[in-house]
Amino acid sequence: MGSMTRRTFSAAVGTLALSGLPARAKADGANAKLKIGVLLPRSGLQALIGQSCQKGADIAPDLIRQRLGVEIEIMNADTESNVDTARSRAERLIGEGAHVLVGAFDSGHTAAIAQVAEQHGVPHIVNIAAAPQITEQGYKFVFRNFPPAPEIGKNGLVLLKDIFADAKAAPKTAVFMHVNDTFGQSMAKGVAALLPTLSMPFKLVETISYDPAAKDLTVEVSKAKATGAELLLLVCRLNDAIVLRREMVKQRWSPMGVVSPGSPGLYEEQFAKVLGKHAQYCLSNTVWFNPKNGITQSFAAAFKKRFAKDELAFHGINATYTFDAILIAADAFKRAKTTQPKALADAIRQTNIAATDRVTFGGPIKFNGKGQVEGNRSVVLQNLDGRPTVVLPKEYAEAKLVFPALKLG
Amino acid sequence: MRGVADVRVEKNSLAACEPSMPTLPQLANVIISGALTGTVYGLMALGLSAIFGVIRLVNFAHGELMTLAMYTAVVAFQGLALDPFVTMVGAAAAFAGIGYVIQRAFINRFVHRPEHAQMLLMIALSMIIANLLLLGFGPDARNVQTSYQLDSFELGTILLDKARVYAAAAAVLATAVLAAFFRFTLTGKAIRACADNPLGARVAGLPVAHLYAVTFGVGAACVAVAGCAMVSLIDVTPTLGPSYTLLAFVIVIVGGLGSMVGALLGGLLIGVSEALAGVLITPSAKSMVSFGLLILVLLARPQGLMGGGRR
Repeated sequence: MGSMTRRTFSAAVGTLALSGLPARAKADGANAKLKIGVLLPRSGLQALIGQSCQKGADIAPDLIRQRLGVEIEIMNADTESNVDTARSRAERLIGEGAHVLVGAFDSGHTAAIAQVAEQHGVPHIVNIAAAPQITEQGYKFVFRNFPPAPEIGKNGLVLLKDIFADAKAAPKTAVFMHVNDTFGQSMAKGVAALLPTLSMPFKLVETISYDPAAKDLTVEVSKAKATGAELLLLVCRLNDAIVLRREMVKQRWSPMGVVSPGSPGLYEEQFAKVLGKHAQYCLSNTVWFNPKNGITQSFAAAFKKRFAKDELAFHGINATYTFDAILIAADAFKRAKTTQPKALADAIRQTNIAATDRVTFGGPIKFNGKGQVEGNRSVVLQNLDGRPTVVLPKEYAEAKLVFPALKLG
Repeated sequence: MRGVADVRVEKNSLAACEPSMPTLPQLANVIISGALTGTVYGLMALGLSAIFGVIRLVNFAHGELMTLAMYTAVVAFQGLALDPFVTMVGAAAAFAGIGYVIQRAFINRFVHRPEHAQMLLMIALSMIIANLLLLGFGPDARNVQTSYQLDSFELGTILLDKARVYAAAAAVLATAVLAAFFRFTLTGKAIRACADNPLGARVAGLPVAHLYAVTFGVGAACVAVAGCAMVSLIDVTPTLGPSYTLLAFVIVIVGGLGSMVGALLGGLLIGVSEALAGVLITPSAKSMVSFGLLILVLLARPQGLMGGGRR
């Protein structure tokens, strides 16, 4: 001991101080960078949509640094369109140090990830998933800025009346077709509860559910056509929407309109690419982005720069809702000044992002007691000239609504 | 259709929607469509049945081979603008060669090994094919877009999907060629001799290993024709294989393992019963009905509808 000099003592103290710093910083969670685990179905049945969502995540770090001045790191994970994989990837991301989870497009996958997030006490911000039960479980770490199925359904059905009013034409009968997965069942329940209360001009003549993985929908379309319905209300996914539309053409069934009251499928790029002119005039009453917001214009510019070959309209929901979920995490990190999960969750709960400071279309982003944002709005999109185009509300319209759909040669 | 001014407000509820009874034209449409699809299923299952009937090997890579054929048709269409029904001829020849090589190089060594070893070999082969397709083409669904893909023939009130009619016609033609091969050619007769009595065939000096390889090649050619026909009806993804392997098993078990006629009959039965279940019960019941049929056949006639007469 007697051999310790002032120099060695100072060096030892310095070393101790330096080695202690990161540990202290880690203990406090005062990291300079927020690690966000983004879970999406980038392969498997929902790969195209997962990859579309991914585009929003890819441009988030730079845009958020510019707008909020905080550093985020995206940790990507592929759920492979599979619930079990979604669960195990969420576990792995948390194990690898993710401070927040974002994802995962599919309601079933999202519900599995939410359970994992809650068990570990790590905040999970849902980008897209509509099953109501996700925010009905009393979870403390699960937040969603995406309307649950009944709200989407309600917004979508209410917009139906706007379509009929704008077109000055209404169908007398409708058939309702929906996928029988978690999302489809939730939407069907929402439609079942709301339709009787909305005083629609049409009579619903039949409801047909089908498997979203079906390779052949001959029977389903044949049943729907046989009802003679003038309107097809459709809750679908992408691949089945393509199969179903093809089958409608083959069976020469041309109702006044094909309208989705709030599901993906009809406005996707693949739908337009594969079906060409047969994708024309399909309508989607759906959540969307707000083209008038400054942040949306920055987002669109960043999107164009990063994905020169892609058109934002084909990724309108997937990319923007994924971006906004990451924005919420970054905003909470900026206010909490820590990556500690509980503090982050508290900060997310206090979120108040103005309607003009979000990319997606709706009111301010504020979470209610269940962790749900209320007041996300929908628009009416119509496939015109090979791309989804906003036709209602009129103040946001890019083109005039075509209803009833014109017969295609 | 009517103007908004004169609309009558409807009290809607999903519960109030009574499923409507199908009309005769609708039933006819659905049955014919099911029969046409079932014929293609039958051809696919025929390959499985022929391989089992002669080599006594259960081909767990059957669906993946069909997926590979579907991708072949997609590549030929996108690269050379070849119609899948034209590609079919070349694909059948190529797959016959590939099948021959696979049998000679790998499967012949497993023919006398325990069944679980054979099963593992074929599952390994299926996984290799699926993952190679995933590596090469990615997970996205691919398809061919022929000029007639969305057209239909109109016979009174009945609409026949053109692609489905062509696919079924190709399947019938391929089945006829296969039947003629087994019945009229020396090689076909020798293969039948191998199937009836492998030891006797060996004693008589028949080249059994070569005949097994020809059989596997013939089975693969059937799958190639079925795959090229199928790609005009559905999109293809690398993960499509297992569902079609399972479907082929259901068909050959219903029809009778090893029976050519049984495979075709099984395909037709599954195609039509699924279509009828969809229209008479609910579309979600389609798969349930085919598996229900399988259980019924296993209980009442375990050898299958046409099985047991000959090996």
